Amino acid sequence: MTIDEIKNVVLEIIQDIDDEADLENLNPGEALRDQLDLDSMDFLDIVMELRKRYQIQIPEADYPQLATLDSCVNYLIPRLKAA
Amino acid sequence: MLHNSIKGANGRYDVVVIGSGLGGLTSANRLARSGHTVLLLEHHHQLGGLATWFKRKGHIFDVSLHGFPHGMVKTCRKYWNREIMESIVQLKKIVFDNPQFSLTTTFDRQDFTSILINKFKISQATINDFFNTVASMNFYDDQSMSTRELFEKFFPGRDDVHRLLMEPITYANGSTLDDPAITYGIVFSNFMNKGVFTFKGGTDHLIGMMAEELVKNGVTICKNSKVDRIVIENGKVQGVLVGERFIEADSVVSNSGILNTIYDLTGKDAFPAEFLGKVKTVRVNTSSCQVYIGIKKEETIDDIGDLLFVSSAEQFTSDELLDMHTRSRTFSLYYPKTRPGHNRFTVVASMNGRFDDWDRLNENTYEAEKQAMIKRTLVDLERYIPGVRQKIDWLEAATPKTIQRYTLHTKGTSFGTKFEGLDISRSIFKAVPGLFHVGSVGIIMSGWLGAINYGVIVANDVDGYIRGL
Repeated sequence: MTIDEIKNVVLEIIQDIDDEADLENLNPGEALRDQLDLDSMDFLDIVMELRKRYQIQIPEADYPQLATLDSCVNYLIPRLKAA
Repeated sequence: MLHNSIKGANGRYDVVVIGSGLGGLTSANRLARSGHTVLLLEHHHQLGGLATWFKRKGHIFDVSLHGFPHGMVKTCRKYWNREIMESIVQLKKIVFDNPQFSLTTTFDRQDFTSILINKFKISQATINDFFNTVASMNFYDDQSMSTRELFEKFFPGRDDVHRLLMEPITYANGSTLDDPAITYGIVFSNFMNKGVFTFKGGTDHLIGMMAEELVKNGVTICKNSKVDRIVIENGKVQGVLVGERFIEADSVVSNSGILNTIYDLTGKDAFPAEFLGKVKTVRVNTSSCQVYIGIKKEETIDDIGDLLFVSSAEQFTSDELLDMHTRSRTFSLYYPKTRPGHNRFTVVASMNGRFDDWDRLNENTYEAEKQAMIKRTLVDLERYIPGVRQKIDWLEAATPKTIQRYTLHTKGTSFGTKFEGLDISRSIFKAVPGLFHVGSVGIIMSGWLGAINYGVIVANDVDGYIRGL
């Protein structure tokens, strides 16, 4: 997967979780939590959806790396390279 | 499919969920939606665990539907369905009445702030500081500060303020002033967000909608199916035994009590000594007593509020609330608006209680104490609904022993365990691969919202385990 494809996957998953989320004006370097109405349960949903779609196991210790859209994508690049 | 016995079950599932409390129901639903085959087993003939109801003489009594935080709206939308979410309505009239103060509130931050300023003469800055402190608490934070210390820090010597802040939460999750402040802060902040909410249609309607959704998502549900044993071989879960029937499973999620799960269903031998050492420190939380009051069909009662925290005790203490003869109780009022179409009024009085106080009584004393509790409850209710005695056509009481009979929980706990139970519940699958626990633990993961959200958290662990096999 390319960086753009990964970014789109993440955005798509967030949109599924919150269909009212305004993704157009998202600052990719800023914490998702501060810009969208996402709580810790929503992050759990993202982790579970990524596991379902791509069989990626994200340990709890790595959750902080999903904080921003950019950090999410960077974290996923090596893990989704072959997907 | 929904079956009334174990006969409806296949021989193998990805996941077997033992118990259909809100945590078990939610884990089952989440795992089925995620593509796993799921069998849900319930020992009782009715789903819901402590989220239950019963019918008497045309009345429907809700046992634990007393009010939950607004977070339930989002949780139901994401993990159940829109129909369930849309049946959530606010309870706008929360009443406090005790020798120290009497007031009516919507039980949210804005209203509490104005009450604390105007009635209790606390400064805006202190109130803001307090609210911001509790709102930023996380379950993994330092837990050395107790709720008592938290209150003393912000409102020193003000036991009236402590009572206002603590009493409702003690009824909600059985916590006391000596429990970690985070267990108080997280639950209190959840409520203060937007107030108190309930399900229109009652518990029976909600559990019915949940059962439908589970069936739609492919979960096999068997009622009247009591699991005797979780089978462990070669250090990991193999399945469950229900009477003579062995059902194979990659993983088992127990929605039974955490101590029941470890000692009774699995057996000590399956666990490492170090883990068992930690289990020994787990304290089960206290339990509850209730009095169910049904109003005659032709009678009505005035709107005296949705949820009343009443007490004739001069001061609030956690011990007074737990005493068998407590003078403190809540009244949950169910007007016809609760169940549109079912035009009846019911009142449920709830008290906290200790299992041992009731368990040590002989049969005659037990009955006499139940009757005395009903009598005291009616004396209190008369203060708010004069003449109510003449309007009643059903009276019944439940004690911690009643709760034990229906939930099988160790010491009939209605609030799970104290804080240390959370770590045991969260880490049980590291001690025995494939074995998971969901249910009220750690004070935080209790109540309706806590139980459902914890069901989601555990489902994620289970999903990770199965997909890693």
